[in-house]
Amino acid sequence: MGVAAAPLEAAAREGSPGERPPGEPRLVGYLYVLPAFAVFAVFVLVPLVHAAWISLWDWNGLPNSPATWAGIGNYTDVFTDEQLRSAFVHALILLVFYAVLPILIGLLLAGVMARARVRGLALFRTILFLPQVIAMVVVATMWKMIYDPENGALNRFLGWFGIEGKSWLGDFSLALPSVGLIGTWVYFGLAMVLLTAGVQKIPPSLYDAARVDGAGPFREFLAVTLPGLRGEIAVALTLTTIYALRNFDLVYITTQGGPGDSTTVPAFQVFSRAFQGSQVGSAAAVGITLTFVIFLISFAINRVAERST
Amino acid sequence: MKAKSVLAAFALSALVAGCGAAPGGDSNEDKPASTPAATAEAKPDIAKAGDVTLKVWDQNVRGGQNAEIEELNKQFEAKYPNVKIDRTKKSFEDLLKTVKLAASGADAPDVVQANQGRGVMGEMVKAQLLRPVTDYAKVYDWESRYSSTLLDLNKFSADGAEFGSGDLYGLSQMGEIVGVFYNKEKVATPPTTLTEFEASLQQVKDGGDTPIMFGNLEKWPGIHNFESVLGQTADKQAIRDFVFARDGASFDNPEFQAGATKIKEWVDKGYFNKNFNGTDYDPAWQSFAKGKSAYLIAGTWVTADLADQMGDNVGFMLMPGADANAPVSLGGEDLPFTITTASKVPDVASAYIDFLTDANAAKVLVDTNNLPAMKGAPAPAGGVSVDVANAWQKLNDADGVIPYLDYTTPTFYDDISGAIQELLAGKQSPTEFTAGVQSAFDKWSESR
Repeated sequence: MGVAAAPLEAAAREGSPGERPPGEPRLVGYLYVLPAFAVFAVFVLVPLVHAAWISLWDWNGLPNSPATWAGIGNYTDVFTDEQLRSAFVHALILLVFYAVLPILIGLLLAGVMARARVRGLALFRTILFLPQVIAMVVVATMWKMIYDPENGALNRFLGWFGIEGKSWLGDFSLALPSVGLIGTWVYFGLAMVLLTAGVQKIPPSLYDAARVDGAGPFREFLAVTLPGLRGEIAVALTLTTIYALRNFDLVYITTQGGPGDSTTVPAFQVFSRAFQGSQVGSAAAVGITLTFVIFLISFAINRVAERST
Repeated sequence: MKAKSVLAAFALSALVAGCGAAPGGDSNEDKPASTPAATAEAKPDIAKAGDVTLKVWDQNVRGGQNAEIEELNKQFEAKYPNVKIDRTKKSFEDLLKTVKLAASGADAPDVVQANQGRGVMGEMVKAQLLRPVTDYAKVYDWESRYSSTLLDLNKFSADGAEFGSGDLYGLSQMGEIVGVFYNKEKVATPPTTLTEFEASLQQVKDGGDTPIMFGNLEKWPGIHNFESVLGQTADKQAIRDFVFARDGASFDNPEFQAGATKIKEWVDKGYFNKNFNGTDYDPAWQSFAKGKSAYLIAGTWVTADLADQMGDNVGFMLMPGADANAPVSLGGEDLPFTITTASKVPDVASAYIDFLTDANAAKVLVDTNNLPAMKGAPAPAGGVSVDVANAWQKLNDADGVIPYLDYTTPTFYDDISGAIQELLAGKQSPTEFTAGVQSAFDKWSESR
């Protein structure tokens, strides 16, 4: 941005004083932005500010019901309430399954595809991308059946090898990774499509040069593929991170946050507090905190990606 | 520049959002009292009410329940040609999440099924969304139709603070019992006391079979299994007092600890299928139906489905307790039909509720394989429905119904269902469990 703006400013200084420089914003510009801003304000900003306002109260969500001023009480709860704190910790753990793992798998596939031009690439890519297309509700219901301890496909498969099946979604230590792996399955296709597209954009001459210099496949990946994909990785990471943090449907359908609170996530807490527990103020506070966390993390990802290009 | 315009946008939208007023209004004091302006003193004459459209929200979506309400709606419209019923049906879960907002909207329905307890009905009474029907109850003599325990479940004080007493807010059609279904091929003579029941569980276990099939992935089934056992270790009045949050009631006491200890003991002895916390509810009762276990602790809402799959092989009994003649069982009645304060035709609504719960309705309920909550309903023809009807009769004669624990506070469903999963998995000891639930209750109790 700064680099692009400099010549313009220079041009403005050199031009005749009465003349308005072409790049300078004029007031009428705001008029053009107004319709879009109005829509944005009505559907995004106002609800956001309203939610922030509600989050300062203890309120059950019904008209005629008294609300009592809570100040920042609902926000301190986010850090002191064990259930809410664990929800945020789980969201961070799920980041590994929803964002980091899919991108690692995507990178691996992209690296392989960069070396060998596979025949029928489009077909494989479509197949691997399929989970992304299926509605999340269907995915969750299907995986719940796969994870079923008595008749589920996974335990029966393990049974063939004489391995005793587990209660995947019912065990306190296994439930969170089990839910997380569903996320990995859904999102690795997205990461792969983004990254393989990026790989195809890298000039083949770079690979030729690397090979001439005697680079092996691993070295080639580190020196050529990885740096060439920085932009795509940032996009994939941002998208999957947002999915991970706002994740609700998967948890709602598979475990309802259980067993105990071992798979509960912030978005699920928003739902259960607002629509089941009549704690609308607290739900709003969790929602606002979640928005802030998502903003912070995706901002950091983009900052890092931009700086290194 | 950028930061400034963002700030400006926020300031602008803050203004638009109308900050400065508390959401929902600060206090109730200037609001009209929830007692109706006009009190009914005689049975209203619906034929003279003119052309009326009665908007009804109910949750009777399943087979027999849907058939029952459709039949009664048809009969009601035939009886009063000037009334048209505009029915919206929603599943229990959907209704639970939308009914409060629907009743507070501009286009509110006249009659809604509002779940008992502080979570839904209590909040709605507090927000003055429901019209008390105590006056209609007198006019139509509704109180004679039900046992007092069942009536209490639909009562709240006018300010929503006291549950289980005060004004009547609605009537339920169907009775519910959470009891024990058994496979007649595996259980020759059903046990009549808790000791006999435990002996039978051990015997099934020793035979290499699963005694009780249990699916607790969805969290709520654990409440039913736990409370069924609790009913046998704790005094029924103590459980009722706790659910109604009466003075001096508590969860963290030796009787409740005994219930928690007992069910944990059953887990440790292998009386449940091994992976119950990871098994879904529907697959669990289906496994029972396929003969994979001797017993199933479940509500009467699965009766029709089990009868379909097992025919005469399935039997039903109340959870056996210390005394076979004083049964205590978790149960109650389905969601009551209530009248919203927004309704402009409360008289027609009351006549509709009366029609849904009279003797004719009881007969329609039996004919459609439902369990009427009303007294003196005709007996069903045969099969497991007979067991269920007899159990209901016996339970009500002994006044043994204990209400669902999740009615207790608005967040109690969440509080206790997670805690039960932890108890059964051994993450909490029985004493930690009762203490934890007690502290969740205290937290609500202090803020009420």
